[in-house]
Amino acid sequence: MKDWPETFDLAVVGGGNAALCAAITAAEAGASVLILEGAPKTYRGGNSRHTRNFRCMHKGPMFPLTDAYEEEEYLHDLMLVTKGKTDEGLARMAIRSSEECLPWMMAHGVRFQPSLSGTLSLSRTNAFFLGGGKALVNAYYNTAEDLGVKVAYDAQVTHVHREGDRITHLDTEIAGRPVTVKARAFVLASGGFQADIDWLARAWGPSARNFLIRGTPYNRGVVLRDMLDQGAESVGDPTQCHAVAIDGRAPKYDGGIVTRLDCVPFSIVLNTNGERFYNEGEDVWPKRYAIWGRLVAAQPDQVGFALIDAKSIDLFMPSVFPPVKADTIEELADKMGLDPQAVRATVDGFNAACRPGKFHPTELDGLATEGLDVPKTNWARPLDTPPYYGYQLRPGVTFTYLGLKVDAHAQVHSAEGSIRNLWAAGEIMAGSILGQGYLAGFGMTIGTVFGRIAGKEAAAHVA
Amino acid sequence: MSLDLIIPAPSATDEARRQIEICNACRYCEGFCAVFPAMTRQKSFADGDLTQLANLCHNCRGCYYACQYTAPHEFALNIPAALAEVRVESWERLARPQALARLFQTHGVAMAGLLVVALAVFFWALGALRPVEGAGFYAHLAHNTLVAIFAPAFVLPLLLIALSVRDYWREVGGGRVRLAHLLRAFDSAARMKNLSGGHGEGCNFEKGDRFSDRRRVFHQLMMYGFLLCFASTSSATLMHYLLGLEAPYALISVPKLLGVPGGLMMAVGAVGLGWLKLRADRSLGAARVWGGEMAFVLLLGAVALTGLGLYVATGSALVGPLLAVHLSTVMVLFLLMPFSKMVHGFYRLAALVAEAGQPAPSSANE
Repeated sequence: MKDWPETFDLAVVGGGNAALCAAITAAEAGASVLILEGAPKTYRGGNSRHTRNFRCMHKGPMFPLTDAYEEEEYLHDLMLVTKGKTDEGLARMAIRSSEECLPWMMAHGVRFQPSLSGTLSLSRTNAFFLGGGKALVNAYYNTAEDLGVKVAYDAQVTHVHREGDRITHLDTEIAGRPVTVKARAFVLASGGFQADIDWLARAWGPSARNFLIRGTPYNRGVVLRDMLDQGAESVGDPTQCHAVAIDGRAPKYDGGIVTRLDCVPFSIVLNTNGERFYNEGEDVWPKRYAIWGRLVAAQPDQVGFALIDAKSIDLFMPSVFPPVKADTIEELADKMGLDPQAVRATVDGFNAACRPGKFHPTELDGLATEGLDVPKTNWARPLDTPPYYGYQLRPGVTFTYLGLKVDAHAQVHSAEGSIRNLWAAGEIMAGSILGQGYLAGFGMTIGTVFGRIAGKEAAAHVA
Repeated sequence: MSLDLIIPAPSATDEARRQIEICNACRYCEGFCAVFPAMTRQKSFADGDLTQLANLCHNCRGCYYACQYTAPHEFALNIPAALAEVRVESWERLARPQALARLFQTHGVAMAGLLVVALAVFFWALGALRPVEGAGFYAHLAHNTLVAIFAPAFVLPLLLIALSVRDYWREVGGGRVRLAHLLRAFDSAARMKNLSGGHGEGCNFEKGDRFSDRRRVFHQLMMYGFLLCFASTSSATLMHYLLGLEAPYALISVPKLLGVPGGLMMAVGAVGLGWLKLRADRSLGAARVWGGEMAFVLLLGAVALTGLGLYVATGSALVGPLLAVHLSTVMVLFLLMPFSKMVHGFYRLAALVAEAGQPAPSSANE
């Protein structure tokens, strides 16, 4: 094994938002920093590449955010999605710190814009990156480079050497060659394990092999596993992942935002047997898309089929792949690999249960079915206007919950106490705050807040 | 013979359609320029829609560097290149005669060849048609002769372009033009708003994913320099015919006060644009027309430098040959207006006017 020629003040494992925030903060404090990014340069940035906004507390209007979004409301929103599975102290700290992050992000090259089309409901709470997450990642890499931070791409950390309460060095493979990296302080910001399908299958069950991974194929959780094996304290349900229903034709990895499908509220959704299995009109889509990942995952073959008719085709965001299209329900079923008779029966039953009333696509209109075992409580209109359209749905995994437990200084702990020169930031520790569910833009908040803390603490440690 | 030999490659328009439909499901790039908000007006894209989007695109490349889906991702998006291909194809398709467009858009050598021919003609003309009297360069070529040569060489290409832009308007489904649309379009062009990157820090042309305003600055030097030179020539024509004031003009005169700064701006702009073009990644544009584009930049530079040279050489023996060279470059520039990168200005403006006439993009589901 070859040694990296110099000993760095700080080695950062990972190359996404949290890693970059840590590296930039430490470098500005005078530390020499090496970033070990597991992906090649073209895929750098982990899941941050796929993000688009930052959830930010603010006491008054503050570009690009409108109005105000204060601590209590932010915490309330977090409590709603996590159902209380959060560390309130850490959560409040992250929320409070988010306000000072926004100007810091701008000062380090991130550019914002008013909220994207189709996301107006977030213009008060979430600051959108101009160009999205990859533009943010590019800006941070440029800032880091200007500060003298060194970056090794295609650099996978295989083992973190711990001696008592200290980390001594890292075993890595850089472009396939084994290299030892020595540093005085270490920040782990290498994400979750959702791209390791075997791990997912062990945790969730064999059906996880049919899941699609929405983000980077490089988050395989190698460093997380290594730290857990060495007795680092963990947090978060090891069996759970956050999954949404996405276009079933999406790539296995890295399909990202375009694979979303917003058609469910205007559809009926069937399983492979041609039967409906859940109320498609329970609530507006931004409040329901997350549960549909699990709903579809629980169906045979982990697949669902959303059917709509010509009345509804323009009511949702365009899909990345065109829908399957047919002039009759039977033909559509056949094209989608479903039994035409079974689908016909389901559609007839559904149509007969629809009631007249005023349809309103953007609010809960109460247009509900009557007498069905699986009701549809809003936007229930019969499928009767050809052409008919269909989309296949599959669960798309966004992130995993299991992570390293950290304190308010982002420090990692073992049973014997804190590991004195080790900090963690981003998805690898997000379970400390986000025990369940998801709040749009909160992952970037956790990454930015804890990345900056980790960088500051590490720089102070070596100063 | 294998089967794939007879499957035609997707056309530039089909490839752009494939890419734009992926883009339209993402929309992260909405803030960069006018193309992305315009795209959100529809779910499917007719050929004319793509022609319009392509001509609205200023090739700032911001969307390429911000894109999660560039190669090696299987979606392999390269929107700046895809739209550049459609754009150049549209200029070739709408130009008349098309063969000339295909030749000169692509080949710098063809442009140089035409220049050589023009040079030969003007040197011959200077010898054969030398007037008996006249001052300055009119001593070499009479004013009336100049007008007789250049008026048609200027007006006819403009007529051809007008016909092409009319066809463009039909193809993209442009509506009735109102003054407000024109004002908005000219405002956008005057400030090159679409090269601002949305944040005012410029585009991603020559420095990879870092932003730079150089392209915008050099382009504006070129554009305003060209307009000043054009105004200089126009003012001289008016002075000649209306006021009976004939060239050569003193330094403190309208034609000189417009023309000298204009020429300097054009020269700096040409050097700058050529330099940026050498540094920029060719695969993010229409790579096949790189030679033709570069030759066009050099031609503009040559027009400016020989014009300035003519002024500096006033009274010397160099005026004759320099005049021939300058007139040749101007002649080639005029003749090639419909068939060179020059035509981009007309289509770009048309695209901006068409965009200004559209309703403001609304969000899809809110």
